[in-house]
Amino acid sequence: MDRVKQLDLSQLSVREANQYLHQELPGSGIGCVEILNPDGSHSIAAGLDCDAQIDIRGHAGYFIAGMNQRASVTVHGNVGWSVGENIMSGTVRVKGHASESAGASGRGGLVVIEGDASSRCGISMKGCDIVVGGSVGHFSAFMAQAGTLVVCGDAGPNLGDSLYEATIYVRGRVHSLGADAQEEPMQPADRDRVSRLLAAAEIGCDAGEFHRIASARTLYHWNADARQEY
Amino acid sequence: MCGIVGLLAKTNATRSQLGSLVTPMLVCMGTRGSDSAGLAFFLDPLDAPQRRFGLFCRNRGFDWQTLLDEFRQGTGGDGAIQAVTNHATVISSITPADFKAWLQRTYSDVHLISVGRAIEMYKDEGPPGELAERFRFTGRSGTHAVGHTRMATESAVSPAHAHPYTAGEDFCLVHNGSLSNPYSVRRKLERRGITFETDNDTEAGCRFLEWRMREGDTLEQAIETSFSELDGFFTFLMATADRMVLVRDAFACKPAVVAETDAYVAVASEFRSLAPLPGIKSARVFEPAPQQIYSWTV
Repeated sequence: MDRVKQLDLSQLSVREANQYLHQELPGSGIGCVEILNPDGSHSIAAGLDCDAQIDIRGHAGYFIAGMNQRASVTVHGNVGWSVGENIMSGTVRVKGHASESAGASGRGGLVVIEGDASSRCGISMKGCDIVVGGSVGHFSAFMAQAGTLVVCGDAGPNLGDSLYEATIYVRGRVHSLGADAQEEPMQPADRDRVSRLLAAAEIGCDAGEFHRIASARTLYHWNADARQEY
Repeated sequence: MCGIVGLLAKTNATRSQLGSLVTPMLVCMGTRGSDSAGLAFFLDPLDAPQRRFGLFCRNRGFDWQTLLDEFRQGTGGDGAIQAVTNHATVISSITPADFKAWLQRTYSDVHLISVGRAIEMYKDEGPPGELAERFRFTGRSGTHAVGHTRMATESAVSPAHAHPYTAGEDFCLVHNGSLSNPYSVRRKLERRGITFETDNDTEAGCRFLEWRMREGDTLEQAIETSFSELDGFFTFLMATADRMVLVRDAFACKPAVVAETDAYVAVASEFRSLAPLPGIKSARVFEPAPQQIYSWTV
């Protein structure tokens, strides 16, 4: 599994590169693929389903490593919208910053953003784990249903708005909580969970410094007495 | 979707290459919309009282020399013209009001699309690559430029609906997004005697900001006011004679990315558009935060 293959996007289209990753890579004995000159292209390494390490060397565009299964994808640069969207398993790591909706609707696996993630990080996540080394923008973990969002920096406005059963841990300042999100006491199990995720993300922070945010569950049931005044 | 691009040169070398650097940026963003496009170049400002009057005519074979001759005879004013197919720039010391009155009297099919000492504007229907070729964008120079590729969502496709929009002098704006209260903004401005040329939402935003500046606001103050007065989604990229200014609304669901080096500041909807710029691999690249005003001076 040590053989390395290089794909140069100045020579290949994203479609050609992805066709290789989908059709030829599995079972080929090649364990590592380097993708050169991404130059902001979209959808690189989307839809992978194999055990391989993919290194994208440079800034990439939207939907990088979307729907990932098993593969470990690292972007050595920044990414645009929706990196690791709907991730199922494996790891998607961004060495730089991520734009909106990182890890959106992910069902499993781990998304690591070593820099900042902007707005709507982890929107509607359904079981994946997301660790952000920096800060997250507004409306992060909006309607997040399951999984864990760990933020080592600060969180922007409306964190965890309309949150379901995902859990958020923030080390820094929370600008504001969204509707139905509340801070809760950190229990030993929370510290263990954060420690485990920080270790998996290879980010060195003290799990004892985090705050826990979870759903107050007041929006779960229709309240006829509220007279539409929420 | 729509695409926006902007490039401000920090060095004389970059100024001389402005057109060749900004053109691939604009063409790349054609994937975000290609029904129309436009690009405004800002050049070294002319000395007062001279101004550049940007003209558009649908007819690509229009006889601009005859227009210039009639302009000189009809107004007694000085003038020179630089024309490229259906766009032309008249340089003259006549006042904007007198120029506009003469144009309306003489040519109903020629439209004044920009006025100022620095601005030179090109916009029309068609994909950006076609416009770039027709208007010879790559050979142009300047201090800064802002451009737009349009995918119309709320009003017609026409040359007048293409961005950049201008209002007043040496001010233009490109917009990715949609405003939801352009008609109420427009009614408010029309009561103050401000006239509109299209039914486009961006024109309402552009004229609102220019009106605030005429009332004494700085551009920053005008933008701060717009946060409560303009409802909707926007990434606005604006230019004046000596500045390029970027702002996103509070929800920031319309993208933008900035790259800065010692040679330039570049803005685009997507990084793809910035990727071919020289020195981009070592540039400081960042996403502008919501409701934060970013301003760069020539």
